Amino acid sequence: MKFAQIFAVMLKELRQMRRDRMTLGMMVGIPTLQLMLFGFAINPDVRNLPTAIADMADTAGSRALAQDMLATGIVRQVAPARTPQDLQALLNRGKIKIGIVIPQDFERRRLDGREAVQVIVDGSDTSVQATARQLAAMPLDGGSGLRAASISVLPLYNPERRAAVNIVPSLIGVILTMTMVMFTAMAIVRERERGNLELLITTPVSSAEVMMGKVLPYIGVGLIQTTVVLALGMTVFSVPVRGSLLDVYGAAMLLIVANLTLGLLVSTKAQTQFQAMQMAFFLFLPSILLSGFMFPFDGMPVAAQWIAEILPLTHFVRLIRGVMLRGADLYTLWPDVLALMAFTAVMMTLAISRFRKRLD
Amino acid sequence: MSTDLAIRARGLSKHFGVLKAVDGVDLSVPRANVYGFLGPNGSGKSTTIRMLCGLLTPSAGEIEVLGFDIPQQAEALRRRIGYMTQKFALYEDLTVRENLDFLASVQGLARAPRRARIDELVEAYDFVDRQKQLAGTLSGGQKQRLALAGAIVHKPELLFLDEPTSAVDPESRRDFWEKLFDLADAGTTILVSTHYMDEAERCHRIAILDSGRLVADGTPADLTRALAGRTLGVRAPEPRRAQAALHATPGVLSVAQIGNELRVLTVAGGDAAQLQAELRKAGIDAEVSAIEPNLEDVFVSATHHDDTARAA
Repeated sequence: MKFAQIFAVMLKELRQMRRDRMTLGMMVGIPTLQLMLFGFAINPDVRNLPTAIADMADTAGSRALAQDMLATGIVRQVAPARTPQDLQALLNRGKIKIGIVIPQDFERRRLDGREAVQVIVDGSDTSVQATARQLAAMPLDGGSGLRAASISVLPLYNPERRAAVNIVPSLIGVILTMTMVMFTAMAIVRERERGNLELLITTPVSSAEVMMGKVLPYIGVGLIQTTVVLALGMTVFSVPVRGSLLDVYGAAMLLIVANLTLGLLVSTKAQTQFQAMQMAFFLFLPSILLSGFMFPFDGMPVAAQWIAEILPLTHFVRLIRGVMLRGADLYTLWPDVLALMAFTAVMMTLAISRFRKRLD
Repeated sequence: MSTDLAIRARGLSKHFGVLKAVDGVDLSVPRANVYGFLGPNGSGKSTTIRMLCGLLTPSAGEIEVLGFDIPQQAEALRRRIGYMTQKFALYEDLTVRENLDFLASVQGLARAPRRARIDELVEAYDFVDRQKQLAGTLSGGQKQRLALAGAIVHKPELLFLDEPTSAVDPESRRDFWEKLFDLADAGTTILVSTHYMDEAERCHRIAILDSGRLVADGTPADLTRALAGRTLGVRAPEPRRAQAALHATPGVLSVAQIGNELRVLTVAGGDAAQLQAELRKAGIDAEVSAIEPNLEDVFVSATHHDDTARAA
C-alpha cells in the first residue's frame, strides 16, 4: 500500500466533496436537525403541564402540598380555581391539562389515610396521563411529615429527569450510524454507477488503496459531526461531560471506523446508489430500535439482545453514556471497546475480500 | 512469443452462463499498429477488450499482452496500458486539470514530472483555456479528448479504446483519429473498437467479431480485395420493388439502397448478366454493373447469419 496513491484518492474525494454542496450541508445539517428534534420536540418527559389547583381546604398543610407539586416542575399553575366545577370548565376549554382538587376535609382525610387529593387529568394524551399518575404517586407530604409513601425512585445522574441528558450522548452514535454507512457506501457505489470504477481498476492503484483513500475523508466528517452534536448538546441542553473529552472522541472514533467498514461492505453488494441507501436504512432501523437508544436494553427479549450485541451502536451507547454521564473511562469499559474493534476487523476483512479489482 | 506482437491471444473464450460472449478467438496485434475491432452490438468486442486488460477472467484460452501472461500478471501490466471506456469514466465533478492530476497520481507520477506531463497534455489536447472547467460541462468531443489524455497520462505502450467515438460529431471524430495516429507514430499500439466503417477503414489491421467469434482478420485492403467481383450495382426505375425481387433471388447476400442505386452483395462470383436476367424474369427492367467492394461489404458478408453464406 502506497501513501501517495491513497493520498491521490483522498484528495480527489475531498475535491468532489467540496463541490457537492448538498452532501456537505447534510453532514452538518443532519446532526443539528436531529439534535433539535430529539432534544426539544421528541421529549418523552412531560413538564410544565398547564394546571389549576382548587384548594378548598386552604390550610397550611394544603398550601404546602400545592407548593410541593408546583416545585416538581411537572405542573405549572396557569389559572385560578375555587371549585372542582371551575377545574372541569377549564379542562373543557383546554386551558389546563391537569386539575388538582384539595377537598375541604383534606386534613381529616389525610389523618384517616383516605384519599386526600384528587388529580383530574385530560386523559386524551396518554403521556400526560402517565405523568399525572407519576405525580400522584410522589411522596408529597406538604412538609407535615405525615404519610409520605415509603417507596421512592431516586434518579441518579439525571435528577432533573431531563431527556436531553440521556439522549444527546447516544444521539452522536445514532447520527454517525446513519450518515457514515450511507456516505461511504454511496461514495463507492457512485464510482461504479458512473463508470469511474471501470477506469480505476485498470490503473495500478490497489483496492485497499482505493478503499483507504475514500474512507479517510469520512473519518474527518464523522469527527466534525461528533463535534457539532457535542457542542450543541453542551451549550443548548447543558449536557454534562463528566469523563474526559478524549475518551468521548475515542469512543466516537471507534464507532466511525466500525460504520465505515460496514459501509464498505454494503458498497461491495449494492449496484446502485439507491440500493446502497436502502441497505443503509435497512441496517439503521435495528440499530435505532435495539441499541438501547430508544428502549432500555434490559427490557428487551433475549433474542433481541443478541441481535443488539452485534450492532456497533449498542456498544457505543454504553460507552458514551458511561463516559459522558458517569465519568467512566474507556479502559474500564473495555468489553465494548473490544466489541467495536472486533466488528471493524470482521467487516474490513469481508469488504476487502469482496472488493475485487475485476468486473466479474 | 514473438516480440513484435503487442497482443497474442489463442482460443480466447468467455461464457456468461450458457451465453458464449466470446468463443475461441485468436488475435495477433502487431506493435505500433492501430488495430480495429469491428462487430455488431453484443458481438463480444467489449468483453474481449476487458479480458485482454485483465478486467475479466477468460473462461478458456491464453493471453499474452506485452509479454505478460494475463490474467495472472494483470497487476504488472496495468502500468503499461491505458484504457478508455465506452462511457465517459472520468469524474464529472472534477475539473479538467484535477482529473488529469488524479490519474497521473494514481499512475504513480511524482509531483514534478506530473505537473510537466499535465502541462504537456493540456497543451497538446487543446485544454489550455479549459483547465479549470468541470469535466461534466465539456462537450462530447472534448470529453473524449480528455478521456484520451487521461488514458495516456503515464505514456502507456498499449492503449485500449472501447468505442471511443460513439457519441461524437464527425469533425471531433476526425481530430480524435489524428491523435491516435500521432500516438501510433510514437510507437504506441492501439486496439480500438468501433461501429464506424470510415474509422475501420483507417486502421492498419481490423478484426471482425460476430456473436463472439472472429469472422475476419486482416488489413482493410486485403479484406475488401477478397470480395472482388461479388458486389454489383443495380439501377432500376422502382428501386424498392427491385430490392424485394433481389431478396428472393438465390445467391444474393444483401441488398442496400444508396440513393437511387441498389448495392448488391452476392455469395460468390456475382454475374451481372445473370442477375439482370433474374430481374427481368420478375418483370423488372434493371441495369446491372460490377462495382468496387468496400469495407461495409466485408462487414456484411462476414457477419451475415446464413450458414451457407458463411461456408462460401
